[in-house]
Amino acid sequence: MTGLRLAAVLIAVFTASFALAQGDGRRSGYQDMSPALQKMQDDDTANPAMLFVQAGASAWTEKAAAGKSCADCHGDASISMKGVAARYPAVAPETGQPVDLEGRINLCRTTRQLADPLAAESDGLLALGAYVALQSRGQPIAPPDDPRLSSLRAEGADLYKRRQGQLNLSCANCHDDNAGRKLAGASIPQGHPTGYPIYRLEWQALGSLKRRLRNCVVGLRAEPWPYEAREYLALESWLMVRARGLAIDAPAVRP
Amino acid sequence: MANVLVNAPKTAKKGDTVEIKALIMHPMETGFRPGTNGRIIPRNIVEDFSATWNGREIFRMKMSPAIAANPFVSFSAVASESGIIAFRWTGDEGFAAEHQVNITVT
Amino acid sequence: MRSSRHPTDVRRRMFLAGAAAVTLLPFAAEATPEALADAIKEVTGGAPLRAGKVTLDIPPIVENGNTVPMTVSVESPMTADDYVKAIHVFNEKNPQPHVFNAWLSPGNGKAVIGTRIKLADTQKIVAIAETSKGEFWNASAEVIITIAACIEEVT
Repeated sequence: MTGLRLAAVLIAVFTASFALAQGDGRRSGYQDMSPALQKMQDDDTANPAMLFVQAGASAWTEKAAAGKSCADCHGDASISMKGVAARYPAVAPETGQPVDLEGRINLCRTTRQLADPLAAESDGLLALGAYVALQSRGQPIAPPDDPRLSSLRAEGADLYKRRQGQLNLSCANCHDDNAGRKLAGASIPQGHPTGYPIYRLEWQALGSLKRRLRNCVVGLRAEPWPYEAREYLALESWLMVRARGLAIDAPAVRP
Repeated sequence: MANVLVNAPKTAKKGDTVEIKALIMHPMETGFRPGTNGRIIPRNIVEDFSATWNGREIFRMKMSPAIAANPFVSFSAVASESGIIAFRWTGDEGFAAEHQVNITVT
Repeated sequence: MRSSRHPTDVRRRMFLAGAAAVTLLPFAAEATPEALADAIKEVTGGAPLRAGKVTLDIPPIVENGNTVPMTVSVESPMTADDYVKAIHVFNEKNPQPHVFNAWLSPGNGKAVIGTRIKLADTQKIVAIAETSKGEFWNASAEVIITIAACIEEVT
């Protein structure tokens, strides 16, 4: 890697890790990982998530059905997409409904590119999501100040505190009350979605926040909600408010 | 075309030892894991990885199911002359992928 | 003194049924110390393993056995008359004993290889360096795994 690019990467990582440690005791899951995994995440030439980013970069310029690519409207992603991942979920002007970043990408595909939506958790959607999220690396999470999101966020906050499943635990029981303590070999993180989509070692693949939330719910021995369920959007909206100001470190590596 | 991420310097001084990293997207299914139906998912791995410098082999690795998914390898090579560093991966189910980078050695 | 509640032939049938159940498990039996020794012998031909020269850099405890970063480095001048020809890495408790084999030459400059591996259980990893002089140097490391690779179900 050339000196300039290396310097840029190091600066990005430094600012990200600086912003990661908030004075209020909040921290990114990055800091709960071992040095070996942090190193895997930091090295763009070795982070497995970068394979997906590479695929996303090429998908960005691929023309879809109506002959348009993302680049045709949005140009250089490093400029147009900067800060975007930090402010989703947001209300989509086309539908007046809240969407997460993947939902936004699919809205663009169906309404602007006149193409089929990409399937949930598909390589195509994850690759584009990773490429877009990368453009917000180092940016503070900035959930929009939109009153139309209030009830969704309140639902999310409720879900976060609700005990569920055979284990009868709530998200808060682990991620608020026991963050920093060990569960098997890993430290329980505070559960801030700073790094999504993540390369999770457990999956050996890139995955979305929805997939991670499903894993948690299954882990509680509760019935996971279907992919289209509002519960995920509600939780994600709440989690982004809870993580306000923490720096995005996408695409992250997590155990 | 396989999704490959290779990192090698674009330039080097003759005689310098350079670090080369290669990452390829591949499930590396071990052949030991039960799927959601309880049956074993068949093995599907990259078995051979090799690198050549202007056609001369500089590295070869035989991978086993114990290599993690999306296999990553880093190794060193002495910068001998300008030219092409070529990489090749082959594996189960007829998997084959190639990639090349140019290097200028002064 | 009869300590069991069951007559002998019933106990024998229970034992055989249990043994049959064990052999019907869907995955191969885990690698044994014998399998590891055999795999090493295939490479060394029985030549002695010397301690030294090899450094196996692997975390002592990992969050997830699916992707464990490791680096093997061998002290060697890597010149035409003294270089590392091959590096072989083995494991003790995965379903099969091999990790990787790699072939090197003086053209590598340094005998250092980095990769990421899968480990199914807390176990020993052995790295063996074969030199151009026909010597086999080795190092081993213990890794603690709490979430295993290979044998856990897909979620």
